[in-house]
Amino acid sequence: MKYVLKKVLSCIITLFIVSLLVFVAFSLIPGDPALSRLGTNATEAALASLRHQMGLDRPLAVRYFEWLASAIRGDFGKSYSYSMTVTSMIADKLPITLTLMLYSMVLMVIISVPLGVYASYKEGTAIDKVIQIINQITMAIPPFFSGILITLIFGMTLKMFTPGGFVSVKISPSRFFGFMFFPSLAIALPKSAMVLNLLYSSLNAEKKKDYVRTAYSRGNKSKTVFFGHMLKNASIPTITFLGMALADMIAGSIIIEQVFGIPGLGRILLTSIQNRDYPVVIAIIMLIACVVIVSNLLVDIIYKLVDPRVKD
Amino acid sequence: MKQKKISFNLILGSVLLAVTLVPALIGLIWTPYDPEAMNSSLKLAGVSIRHIYGCDNFGRDIFSRIMAGSGITLLIAVGTVAFGSIIGTAIGAFTGYFGGIIDEALMRINDVALAFPSLLLALVMVSLLGTGKYQVMLALGIAFVPSYARIVRSEYIRIKNLDYVKAARLAGASDLRIMFVHILPNTRTVLLSSVMIGFNNAILAEAGLSFLGIGVQPPDASLGRMLSEAQAYMFTNAGYVLFTGCTIVMIILGFSLLSKEIK
Amino acid sequence: MRNFTKRFLVMLLIFAMTTALCACAGGKAGSADADSLITIGIPQDLDDSLDPHIAEGAGTREVLFNVFEGLVKPNSNGDLIPAVASDYSINEDGTVYTFTLREGVKFHNGSKVTVQDVKASLDKCAGTESGEPLVAAFSAVKEINTPDDKTIEVVLKESDTDFLPNMTAAILPADHLDASTQPIGTGPYKYVSRSPQENIILESFDDYWGDKAKIKTVVLKIVSDADTIVMNLEGGSIDLMARLSTTQAAQLSDKFDVYEGTMNLVQALYINNSVEPLNNTKVRQALCYAVDIQEIMDFVSDGKGTETGSSMFPAFGKYYMKELNDTYNTDIDKAKKLLAEAGYPDGFEFTITVASNYQQHVDTAQVLKEQFKKIGVTANINLVEWDTWLNDVYIGRNFETTVVGVDASTLTASAMLGRFVSDSGKNFINYSNPEYDKVYAEAIATVDDNVRTEKYKTCEKILSEDAANVYIQDLPNLVAVNKKFGGYEFYPLYVMDFSKLYVK
Repeated sequence: MKYVLKKVLSCIITLFIVSLLVFVAFSLIPGDPALSRLGTNATEAALASLRHQMGLDRPLAVRYFEWLASAIRGDFGKSYSYSMTVTSMIADKLPITLTLMLYSMVLMVIISVPLGVYASYKEGTAIDKVIQIINQITMAIPPFFSGILITLIFGMTLKMFTPGGFVSVKISPSRFFGFMFFPSLAIALPKSAMVLNLLYSSLNAEKKKDYVRTAYSRGNKSKTVFFGHMLKNASIPTITFLGMALADMIAGSIIIEQVFGIPGLGRILLTSIQNRDYPVVIAIIMLIACVVIVSNLLVDIIYKLVDPRVKD
Repeated sequence: MKQKKISFNLILGSVLLAVTLVPALIGLIWTPYDPEAMNSSLKLAGVSIRHIYGCDNFGRDIFSRIMAGSGITLLIAVGTVAFGSIIGTAIGAFTGYFGGIIDEALMRINDVALAFPSLLLALVMVSLLGTGKYQVMLALGIAFVPSYARIVRSEYIRIKNLDYVKAARLAGASDLRIMFVHILPNTRTVLLSSVMIGFNNAILAEAGLSFLGIGVQPPDASLGRMLSEAQAYMFTNAGYVLFTGCTIVMIILGFSLLSKEIK
Repeated sequence: MRNFTKRFLVMLLIFAMTTALCACAGGKAGSADADSLITIGIPQDLDDSLDPHIAEGAGTREVLFNVFEGLVKPNSNGDLIPAVASDYSINEDGTVYTFTLREGVKFHNGSKVTVQDVKASLDKCAGTESGEPLVAAFSAVKEINTPDDKTIEVVLKESDTDFLPNMTAAILPADHLDASTQPIGTGPYKYVSRSPQENIILESFDDYWGDKAKIKTVVLKIVSDADTIVMNLEGGSIDLMARLSTTQAAQLSDKFDVYEGTMNLVQALYINNSVEPLNNTKVRQALCYAVDIQEIMDFVSDGKGTETGSSMFPAFGKYYMKELNDTYNTDIDKAKKLLAEAGYPDGFEFTITVASNYQQHVDTAQVLKEQFKKIGVTANINLVEWDTWLNDVYIGRNFETTVVGVDASTLTASAMLGRFVSDSGKNFINYSNPEYDKVYAEAIATVDDNVRTEKYKTCEKILSEDAANVYIQDLPNLVAVNKKFGGYEFYPLYVMDFSKLYVK
């Protein structure tokens, strides 16, 4: 219990540091947001009133704590570019990106686990080598190129989906999920190659361990040993990797959203960065930081429960 | 059997890199055509003997642009890795060697930075620094610092308690001398392999940023930038997209095969 | 075994977390299928403002054209027809404009349009309360009177027989003058919702006073990545997209009708006249001589396009001066000579800032860069997002040069020329020429149409000779419309009329 409290506390401190760094960094960027809203021929009075309205006339520290206080309550202020709250903007886009990530996570497991197990089971055979070569190449394909290739093959040649034809789930759930399959595949493919590789090498490492030899010497069948013992042990690093891949998938989804024209969180982040709509940028970065830090925390805590030997 | 496989990776890796990097290096000095020269009669021309990869929407020779573009991409990768590894090594060396509260604080920030995908970190950096060749180099460089800092730090923590370091300290060597003359050379194996991996990541990150339109600015060619431009002409000139994309894949595959062997 | 199960649970937990989040946020019910729907691609989100009096972006105004109406509005010939007013008259010396309110015009919120609404809207434009006119042309307005509940009188400070086009200013409900979040107008389409960077949804207004729109729902899909326009069209995710490049249009299959018109704008390399060395007329003239407009047209639009020699495009008819196209014909030697005279024999370096969502402008900038190389001038291209462009270049005036198209909000010469008066709020190029200011002021004050036209032409000539900007062309406007739909009409202005579209 003490361990958990300590971890949670340190997470809160970390989040606090991140928010401070991010907020200060974006506040120090040269340029007056009020001026860029009103233009050079704005009167000084109008500028002052807008600055006041935007809260820019107060010291940085005060602004930070005010922002923090409302951020904790889920209020990230108002977007500069859109007359709407940041929270409502994000709430609108988050489901799209989450679907994309979840979808690709599932695809990743479906693709990589059977292939990795099969390749290791057939280690040394021609099939194993073919899988290895394809895997090596897949790993080298950056997500944006895999996206383009998928568009080219499945979208334009096979006409299995409409490139750029994102459909909101509100309009048609079936078309939404049908469309999302392909971008998810684009994210999942290179990652699956990594998972496959990891699973393959940890399975092969297990083969050399004593318990496997013991199991064989007790007369167990090859299949029982493989699936009953080794696979379970080899899964541990793989599952850890899957957990960590979450952060990478956020990055992947930013690019893939661009390739497939999906109006998700990544698209908003990107345009807000380019439009210097800082309230939105800060909020999205904090959101990602939260997801990353909290999922790390959960993994830590559960590891501790599973294996009390884990050091504090 | 095993020996044969190793050499296969090595050969394939070297071949891939030779095919992509040699033209890139030559491209720094000479290209068959001016990569920026436009010619309206060659708009989106297909593959021909004169233009082996065809031409883009301005009638610019794609092969020349890929040569120049991989040059810029590699240049950024070199700059990024150099910046990241030098600053990262310095931070890692000091924190690992001295420890204490600064070490604690820096490592906490470092952990957070590491948890972020590097592309995202670079995105944030670019939004602070602006776009362009050198800004991207700096942004990616900064984004790469934490990973080097962590690796070097743990190496220093391991090595600083070894007997030879203790001996050096007893002999009256200064901290700086111990850090950089005695310990640094011993981190080279670890550092070298992470530089190799970092190089690959830098190429990927640059291509990603430029692909998103916030990296290298036109008419400069970088592989990511070209890929995003080529996307518009997928219907009329699929070669444009494929040649550019495959060049990226070949470079990355080449490096990863080689780094596998070095390990 | 136990160990494995527990670790598996970790994964499951992460999954469950994400799924739960998804489920809470994503579970909105699908709306009923609309009878007819058209998806129109637009190159940028409407992120300057949804307020028709404030919105500056042509792309924003072309959408709001369908939502808002003024007392009068332009038809596809460019003639002004009565809209919220049923009739109007102008007194002889052009100082009093009298409008009769149309019977039964309703706002999208169901309330009837009253003279108070009209007065409040016009007062907002004229800035009666703040003293600062929101719409520059309204500085000429002295007062707005409502003698009875059917009549509106607009009284001008000085006579101006050409003021009517300004009465296209949108009429909003008096109690809802801020349209930035929820626009309410009287147009054939009403605003329903928007999702940033995704779409804007409009729905036909059943109580519209005139010919009702034929298509129930219009979805304006933001296609900010010009590279995906063709894919979007071919794939069927958008049905209509205007202002395609010829390369894009050439890639389309026969599922589409491609109409050709003009964009009705002046595309130019707009120069910030107040920065070194571009504040030197000779330098700007050198740039003009370096440019080969035909070559630009060849690259950007397969040779299509209409050359413009000053800030006026051909749709303006009598004001357009074809002869100004020849002020600068490509002459590299002359350009070099002018540069040397200006003190830059070895050229100089400057930046062209371009909004990345307009493919034609981006392409033009790249061709310009190559052309300037020939006179030893280095142009660097800086691609920015539309909103950044608007803030930095147009509003902030923090730029060196930019390639963009400037259009007219109304078909009056002043809509094109007014912005180059030294103290104009829209003078984003910081052009300052006392002679220009003088001639322009005279033109405005002149009642006689012929004399006035001559004065405006003098203005155009000054801009051209001063090389205020490197004028290029009025771009061809290629509109791709899915063959399922018909009724697309070109306007001599930068607008799109959704209400005429129908399903074949």
